[in-house]
Amino acid sequence: MNFAFSEEQEQLREAVRRFLEAKSPETEVRRLMETTEGYDPAVWQQMAGELGLQSLAIPEAYGGQGFGFVELGIVLEEMGRALLCAPYFSSVVLAACAILNAGDEAHRKELLPGIASGEVIATLAFTEPNGRWDAEGITMTATPSGDGVTLDGTKMFVLDGHVADLVVTVARRPGTTGTDGIGFYAVRADAAGLTRTPLTTMDQTRKQAKLEYAGVAAEPIGDGAWPALSKTLDQAAIALCNEMVGGAQFVLEEAVQYAKDRVQFGRPIGSFQAIKHKCADMLLEVESAKSAAYYGSWVAAEDNEELPVVAPLAKAYCSEAYFHAAAENIQIHGGIGFTWEHNAHLYFKRAKSSEILLGDATYHRELLAQRIGI
Amino acid sequence: MDFRDTPEEAAFREEVRTWLAEHLTGEFAALGGRGGPADESGWEVRVAWERLLGADRWIGLSWPTEYGGRGASFAEQVIFNEEYARANAPARISFFGEGLFAPTLLAYGTEEQKRRFLPRIQAVEELWCQGYSEPNAGSDLANVQTRATLDGDEWVVNGQKVWTTLAHRADWCFAVVRTDPDSQGHRGLSYLLIPMHQPGVEVRPLRQMTGTAEFNEVFFSDARTATDNVVGEVGDGWKVAMATLGFERGTAFLSQQLAFQRELAELIACARANGAARHPVIRQELADSYIGVQIMKYNGLRMLTDLVRRGVLGPASSIGKLYWSTWHRRLGERAMHVLGPTALTVAGVPGGPYELDEWHRIFMFSRSETIYAGSSEIQRNIIGERVLGLPREPR
Repeated sequence: MNFAFSEEQEQLREAVRRFLEAKSPETEVRRLMETTEGYDPAVWQQMAGELGLQSLAIPEAYGGQGFGFVELGIVLEEMGRALLCAPYFSSVVLAACAILNAGDEAHRKELLPGIASGEVIATLAFTEPNGRWDAEGITMTATPSGDGVTLDGTKMFVLDGHVADLVVTVARRPGTTGTDGIGFYAVRADAAGLTRTPLTTMDQTRKQAKLEYAGVAAEPIGDGAWPALSKTLDQAAIALCNEMVGGAQFVLEEAVQYAKDRVQFGRPIGSFQAIKHKCADMLLEVESAKSAAYYGSWVAAEDNEELPVVAPLAKAYCSEAYFHAAAENIQIHGGIGFTWEHNAHLYFKRAKSSEILLGDATYHRELLAQRIGI
Repeated sequence: MDFRDTPEEAAFREEVRTWLAEHLTGEFAALGGRGGPADESGWEVRVAWERLLGADRWIGLSWPTEYGGRGASFAEQVIFNEEYARANAPARISFFGEGLFAPTLLAYGTEEQKRRFLPRIQAVEELWCQGYSEPNAGSDLANVQTRATLDGDEWVVNGQKVWTTLAHRADWCFAVVRTDPDSQGHRGLSYLLIPMHQPGVEVRPLRQMTGTAEFNEVFFSDARTATDNVVGEVGDGWKVAMATLGFERGTAFLSQQLAFQRELAELIACARANGAARHPVIRQELADSYIGVQIMKYNGLRMLTDLVRRGVLGPASSIGKLYWSTWHRRLGERAMHVLGPTALTVAGVPGGPYELDEWHRIFMFSRSETIYAGSSEIQRNIIGERVLGLPREPR
């Protein structure tokens, strides 16, 4: 029994933190969030070239380094802390996991090395205008045509969908319902019939797009079906939890520091129990969220039978813990925390978008209830 | 990061399982997990069971072998507790002696004290109670007024303790008393061991909202104890008392999660049986409780790793008491939601004593859990000041 990161893993964390402190300071976050693309291609290439972050958790057979979810979780935690603006979660987590889970050997070999090298930005398009995160929400049709299919329908809230070179698209065979008939299709960004429109996102640090498919020709990447998507979403939920705890820890530190520095009524506001107890509750929730996220990373790394339970468990808890911490951070900062120039709102918005993405806490508690037989 | 047993841990787990399978039979097995808070049922059988545990050194598991223990690692203690809970073995009665006093004694006691007291804890010959709180020293524990003065080779103790769990069963009390009459606050306190069976000690039961009376008031009127029954230095009792509280808030909660898991599983079964589990809000509540108890386990495992690697409890431990007491209180409230109108009635017969079923017992007893061993508000002060380094309140 050992619930701690190894020395090598701590070194990885240190290296990623140093890199992001240099490459993704608040000034850069603010610059990039105002752009449509929402990321810096030069930094993206440095992430791949200098640190090998894109290839980290992809198996060696597909051009990666073969590390697992624990290492991936560490990287995401640091990215969440720095509010990195980059298509890492969409490309390296969502798309790569989908290809690994659903793809056949030929497609893994074809698609993954580009993601690993950072040359290809990929994403996973599964959510639609109905905003559902489950199988029933998928209405886009994949109609057989020649060797492949043609895709018709609309995908919404597609993370980095406007900059992705490769869109792994989830659609269903015409006439199927529920978890039947779900398939994964590789769509290139320049495919005929694909219209991509950037969305104006509430959280400007994480870009999304609307993707309209009008008779887009695509090929299946394997025979992966609903179980492959369900597993991908579980893995992605745990990855997102790790990203969230990075941000949650940061806002906790910000709030505590301000509570020590800010003097009112002749003493630091952190000496008042009204503020002190808020901070204590934040610590409790942030530490608990870390426990859930880290445990989830281990379960995902081991790919064991706990994954379908731990994923919604962690997503429900971490979502609420991060948002609560980000909201209390604003409250503790008072007026300054409400200003555009302060970073509190950036984390507040990231917390809310992370909470909603992949399904909010209410959704995941119900999912958990079903999976544990309540 | 690896949550599987090492080969040594697996062997130890097997040893515990085998022992429990061989011994937890007959009247002991019939007790089930009974005898939790606010439940003194089957006391004699539980004492007999506890002696069986002591005889095979499952009491004192973590003590050094020179004091009759097994020198078990933290991981082994957790494994024992896991298997114990899994076997649905009776609730332990030696918590105050084994769980709180013994680790304090091992850290601060003299060789003579260890040899005098530890074997009798293990043999279940002497039970202990904790004399901390007083009518005017609750959260402000340093305001203790009970006094001890030297008279020849004995301390003479006068004062009153309150909320003393199982004082009516205890043979000894470890108490925080003021040995310097001119002192105030943390200074001038001593950690005194007082025999309970003597004319100067009177125990009066305090009936709780549960209708039962595990709590007591303890009155010391010229009670006596030998001069050398002080743990640590005379006047340095605050440090020793805080160490005990550390054990109470820290390691003790590691084993609790399993009992809670069992309670939740039973509540889920109850909700499925009575149809409450079809209600979307109840489903949310039960799922949330499930999340809470699992995270309690993960927090415990992180804390254990800190202990093993650094020998000290990390931040995850300081949140333990606040976390579990809040979780359990909510479980009790949710149990009432699940029961619905059934919650309006309790177990007793009309005209008879006020008796509670398991759910009402949890619902009510859990109100005490966010108060005893440092209230939730005190816990938040500790977290704020000692973990986060926020400034203290002006006092």
